[in-house]
Amino acid sequence: MKESLPALELAIPVRARDFLAGGDGAARIRQVLQQVGFPPGVIRRVAIAAYEAEMNIVIHSLGGELKGRITPEVITIIARDAGPGIPDIDLAMREGYSTAPREIQEMGFGAGMGLPNIRRCTDELEIHSAPGAGTTIKMVIYNR
Amino acid sequence: MEYFHSVRLEQDKCKGCTNCIKHCPTEAIRVREGKAHIIQERCIDCGECIRICPNHAKIAVGDGLETLALYRYRIALPAPAFVSQFAGRAGLEQILGSLLTVGFDDVYEVARAAEVVARTTRRFLAGYRGKRPLISQACPAVVGLIQVRFPSLVEQLLPLTTPMDLAARLAREKGRADTGLPDEAIGTFFISPCPAKITAGRQQHGGVPGPDGVIPLAAIYGDILKGLAAAPAYACRAGVAGYGWGQSGGENASIGGQRLLEVDGIHHVIEVLTRIEAGDFQDIDYIEAQACPGGCVGGALMVRNPYLARLELRQLARCLPANAGELPEPGNNLATTPVQPRPVLQLDADLAAALEKMHRLETTQALLPGLDCGSCGSPSCRTLAEDIVRGEAQDTDCVFVLRERVRVLAEEVVELARKLPPSMAKPEGGSNSENQGNSN
Ligand code: SF4
Ligand code: SF4
Repeated sequence: MKESLPALELAIPVRARDFLAGGDGAARIRQVLQQVGFPPGVIRRVAIAAYEAEMNIVIHSLGGELKGRITPEVITIIARDAGPGIPDIDLAMREGYSTAPREIQEMGFGAGMGLPNIRRCTDELEIHSAPGAGTTIKMVIYNR
Repeated sequence: MEYFHSVRLEQDKCKGCTNCIKHCPTEAIRVREGKAHIIQERCIDCGECIRICPNHAKIAVGDGLETLALYRYRIALPAPAFVSQFAGRAGLEQILGSLLTVGFDDVYEVARAAEVVARTTRRFLAGYRGKRPLISQACPAVVGLIQVRFPSLVEQLLPLTTPMDLAARLAREKGRADTGLPDEAIGTFFISPCPAKITAGRQQHGGVPGPDGVIPLAAIYGDILKGLAAAPAYACRAGVAGYGWGQSGGENASIGGQRLLEVDGIHHVIEVLTRIEAGDFQDIDYIEAQACPGGCVGGALMVRNPYLARLELRQLARCLPANAGELPEPGNNLATTPVQPRPVLQLDADLAAALEKMHRLETTQALLPGLDCGSCGSPSCRTLAEDIVRGEAQDTDCVFVLRERVRVLAEEVVELARKLPPSMAKPEGGSNSENQGNSN
């Protein structure tokens, strides 16, 4: 009865500007996927997308949350934050574009690879954002 | 899958202290009934447990000098870090020569094979256009770690054999040419700084032969010391570049390049591999990753302090040229079979069943106190939850859960003790009558 199986839900809070913990959420999702036994290629795509989304929250927002919803067929990651929002999503999707504050860029983060990288790794990508209203990124990766 | 492992437990010495379970990078150890047990499929023979065990109950089993008797012509393959252990007592050539005093007929320096591997790696990197960074295969503990914990990175392992295996193959060729003996009569023996190389020596990758035996350095340390003073000099045939492989950074130095990164110590290696799997480090060409602190000089079967050994290695190599003059052509000897993942951490072979178990794992973990105390014999609360879901442990293995159960039970017992059969009279002046009866 595969269909009746409830999805596995994970929720991991992400703190703004906590660079030492940044990446822990993605690593935890990765560990879960590995123990469940998803193929290495799928795990890797999720790991990259979740990591980029998590670092976006750390760098740009006032804090947020990483949520995972896992079924045998599809993995959905939702990164939601409270923060300034993305003023121009199309522009943000361009490689090399970054709004990271200069002091953070100097630390080697925020090179503007986040969203383009996420797009490369996901099968579906939805971004909802408005200035002042925070950002929600929904990333879907099929297991195939 | 039958797997040979060099790392074992000496039952009598183990006190069940749980020190080792926390340091194992693949969570391969449990303490059950007062003794540590290694889950064979998970162990990568990194030797962390050997280093950490205060009772020296973890050991590595390799070959002894008596196995030399199986061959007519015996060639020693000293790891580049080998010489560091005897510095201060003799010069480099005499240290190598000491191997001839313990029963070997010839020596083939693994440092020399390392230079051949470095040269081929350099050429390979120059033409490589695939996923970066490539990762060195030289440390078998790191390769094992990747197979078990980072399966998506197996495709980034540099597809070249290790200096150890190459040295064995080249030494056998040379032995054949020198003596005219057939291959079966020639024995090649790696002198190993670590348990991982012992295990790697036994697992002949895809039928391509490596060394015939692996002798732990610690096992012949005494014999070498004894022979050292009277040892003949053996003319060194490798350079600084080859001997550098004995320490962290040496492999990269001998390959040469701008974006080569070195990392040593298994827990640091885990951090770097986690980042690589998350898509970082793509501007790095090559990763030299070594499981031991400082590299092979810090191997778990080495006798000297790793930092001192590193200094000694550098000083010994100072008398050498930068590179070994002409190097042998490796021919087919650099071939390897592709490394496969070892999916031993999976909860179930069936994805849906595994997902259901993960559900239970998460809910079980939430009921545990999260102290990671190790008293249950599992390395952390999460691993206990995993063991419970796998049917290998129970929640009452947790002392806190057990205590809570006992408390609830004790309260019930007190409650029951207060109850009286209806036929009995209430105690005189029974002020606590509200607790007693169900009589009306
Ligand atoms: S050798 Fe390493 S992997 Fe094996 S049990 Fe010991 S610590 Fe764990
Ligand atoms: S770093 Fe060297 S000594 Fe340590 S496990 Fe790896 S190969 Fe063996």
